[in-house]
Order: sequence, then structure tokens, then C-alpha cells
Amino acid sequence: MRRDRFDQRLTIVLLVLLALAGCKREERRFRSSPAADARPGVVRVGELQPGPPTPGLVVANPFIKNAPAIADGQRLYTQMNCAGCHFHGGGGIGPPLMDDQWIYGSDPENIFSTIVEGRPNGMPSYRARLTDDQVWKIVAYVQSLGGLPDQSALPGRPDHLRAKDEGVPHYPTPPRSAPAEHP
Amino acid sequence: MRGLHSALDAAGPQAGRIEDLWWIFFSVCTVVFLLVLTALLAAVLHSRREKERHRLPGPERNLTRAVGGATAVTVILLLGLLIASVTTGRAVGSPAPSNSLTLEVVGHQWWWEIHYEDPLPSRRFTTANEIHIPVGLPIRIKTRSSDVIHSFWVPSLHGKRDLIPGYPTETWLQADRPGVFRGQCAEFCGAQHANMALVVVAEPPAEFAAWRSAQLQTPPPPATALQQRGQAVFLAMPCPACHTIAGTSAGGRIGPDLTHLASRSTLAAGTLPNTTGHLAGWILDPQTQKPGNQMPAIALQADDLQALLAYLESLR
Repeated sequence: MRRDRFDQRLTIVLLVLLALAGCKREERRFRSSPAADARPGVVRVGELQPGPPTPGLVVANPFIKNAPAIADGQRLYTQMNCAGCHFHGGGGIGPPLMDDQWIYGSDPENIFSTIVEGRPNGMPSYRARLTDDQVWKIVAYVQSLGGLPDQSALPGRPDHLRAKDEGVPHYPTPPRSAPAEHP
Repeated sequence: MRGLHSALDAAGPQAGRIEDLWWIFFSVCTVVFLLVLTALLAAVLHSRREKERHRLPGPERNLTRAVGGATAVTVILLLGLLIASVTTGRAVGSPAPSNSLTLEVVGHQWWWEIHYEDPLPSRRFTTANEIHIPVGLPIRIKTRSSDVIHSFWVPSLHGKRDLIPGYPTETWLQADRPGVFRGQCAEFCGAQHANMALVVVAEPPAEFAAWRSAQLQTPPPPATALQQRGQAVFLAMPCPACHTIAGTSAGGRIGPDLTHLASRSTLAAGTLPNTTGHLAGWILDPQTQKPGNQMPAIALQADDLQALLAYLESLR
């Protein structure tokens, strides 16, 4: 009898612990902390360097495992028209963001400085157009495109569901006339 | 019953009908409730006396006539209420008269974007969270949403109208007397749903025309040195990525249009009164005032902030 009760309690404790494990990914930080504002210092964008290899400055992206922040990043990605060149990660006018080819480095601080500084031949600089916090959120989203973050942090359903229709009424497209057949 | 935000303080034809319907329901339901309680009380007292007389329970069906009568009355009353409700619904849902002024309301998380439409492009303008309308003129309101489902509701003027993404709808309303009426999002839309309000100012046609022509003006270039510096701060900070100020290079369409910010009575969709202190607090730390909203905190030096405030407050 006593053993049964102990088992019951143990089960409850284990279930609560299991539930708590899910809390982290939904943690919302509304006010940015100084850590999130930490700008990377000098970021190396290439592999080559003289002398023995020196470890680079590693800046952890505070939002990498955070589902709401990744969803915010997705919203900003749309609002800042990143999709205009990179499309939804597949690339078009700009390079793709979901493969393993990174011209200027794939580390969070590399992506951060690419967004902030801009890059030659088309990537505009978002310096003074986005706050650091917002850039870090976009970084988190961009990294999620290639499956870099923990899959458990990916939002199953983005918080920001954008309406396809921006107020322009849909007109049914007229049926295309079949191409005239040449004899 | 007076109130800034009250469906029982009707100021328009549709709100008047909704208010009448509310009073019909309220009075009928009150009378029925009192009758039912009286019957219950009578039954309790009656059955006690009955029990004392004969100790054994009698046959069940000795109230057939009373129960049948009460059922008939209930059916008739419910039918009457149904007819009143359907009639009101039909009257309130009529299409907008042809002489109406058209404006478009777009719901965003968590604020309202308002476009005043006109056949003449130079007479169109955009504002946010504050609607001015002339008294006595029907206002056709086209609604849409840019993100999730919202609901446009100004209780003193009309019932609710849901804003469903990808599904533009329209309704119309009219104010019969001047006044300030508060509106509110009436469909849960996220963390700051409660702080998604708007103000409708109904004013005599002459005053409305004056307000409208003021809104159409491009604000004059900043007059003082402080305001000039404030404009430079505005343009150098992330502000123009989301906000528009006519006459400058700022043309973002993600956040509210700030061209005539100082003419509005509230900040952040009715969350804060539009005063210098609240504006400063909002720019520096919007996430404390309205956690979760899309405005990022802007880090500013004190003198830059003062210049920016002077500039924004000059946008009448």
C-alpha cells in the first residue's frame, strides 16, 4: 500500500519535471538584457589568416533556442523584405540561407555582422534600421532555416500568421485558352 | 446610461436598435426570472403544508394544466425574443447608403491603421488609432486584418465586426450627436489584446472638414534648431524602417503613420495619453508599457531624446 503511494508520487514528480523541460523554449523576454545587446567585436569573415590559428570571438545568440524569438525573427524577415532577394531561404537574387555554403561565415556573429554591415554586390546594411535585439532575432530565424538550432525550439506554428491577401480582392483568373494546335 | 465605452449610450442608428433590443431582453428576462423565483418559493411553501396533511406522496401529475400553460408561455416568449433579435439583426446589417464617407480600418497586433479614402488621390491620407467623423453622415467602414483575427467594436455606434485575415468585409455607422466614443478590439488577438483601443471623435461637419484638411497637410519643416536636430535623430535611428512622416524620407509602413502624431490624443492604441513624458517613456522602453508589442526599445542619449521629443511634438 505504502509502496503504491510512493510510486504515485514519483510518477507525478517525473511528469512535472517533464512538463518543466518544455518551458524554456516558450520563454518570452520582452525587455532586452545587456547580454542581448552585446555586439560582436571584430568578426572574421574569411578562413585565411597569417600565423597559427587563433580562436575567434564567440558571441552566443541569446535567441537561438527560443521559439517566440524565432517567430519574431520570421516576422522581421518578412517586414524587412529579406525574402525579396533570399526568398524563403532558397535563394534567388541573393544567396540561399538554408544550405551549408556561407560566403561570410555561418556563426551567429557572422550572420549578425552581415546583416548590420551589409556585403558587397547587393546586401544592404541594416545598421541603424534595426536594433541589435531585432537583428539577433533575425539571426535566430535565419539559422533555423538551415536546421541549425535545436528542433525543439522551432515554432510549430509561427506566431505571426500573415494574411496572403493584402486587401486586394481576388478575381478569379480567367481560364487560359488552350494553345492553338499547329497542324 | 452615459459612458465613454457603453453599448447603452447609443449615439447612432444601429447602436440605438441594439440598445433597444438589449432593453427588451433585459426586461423580459428580469420579469421571467422573478416569476420563476416566486413560483419556486410558492412550491416550496405549498409542498411543506401538503406533507403535513398526508404523509404519503401523492400522484405526480396533478399540475398538468399549470405546467402545460407555463410551457406555452415560454415558447411564445422565446419566439417573440427570436423575432425581435432577427428583426434587429436585419435592420443593423443593411448596406451602407450611397452618400457615405469611406474609410478603411486595418487591424494590426496591436493597433489600428485607418485610411481615409477619396476618389481624388491627393485627398487620401492615413492615420492610426483615432477616427474623426462628421455628425449625421453615414460612414462606410471597410475592414481587413494584416495578421490575426481582430474585431472592430465601438459600442456607442455599432456592434462588433470581425476582421479576418484575407477576408475584407465592410459595415457602416453613423454618429447622430457630437462626442468622443471609445472603441476596442473585441476578439482575442494576442498578448496585448486588452490594450488595442481606438477613439472615435464625432464632430460637426465644419470641424471635421478643418481636421481633414489639417491631416492632408504635409507638416512644415522643423522650425527651431532643436526640432531640426530631432528630425535628424529620427532619420538616423531605426524609426524610419517602420514609421512614415510625410515630407521626410521616412516611409516605413510597418508601424503607425506619425505624420500628425501630436494631433492624436493617445499613444500605442489607447494605452497611454499622448503627453511628452509618456512619449519619452514609450520610445525608450515600450516593452514595459505594453509587453510584447512590436516596437523595439530605442537607446537614446538624453539630449537626442529631448530633440526628438521636440520634433515629434511639433507634428500637429
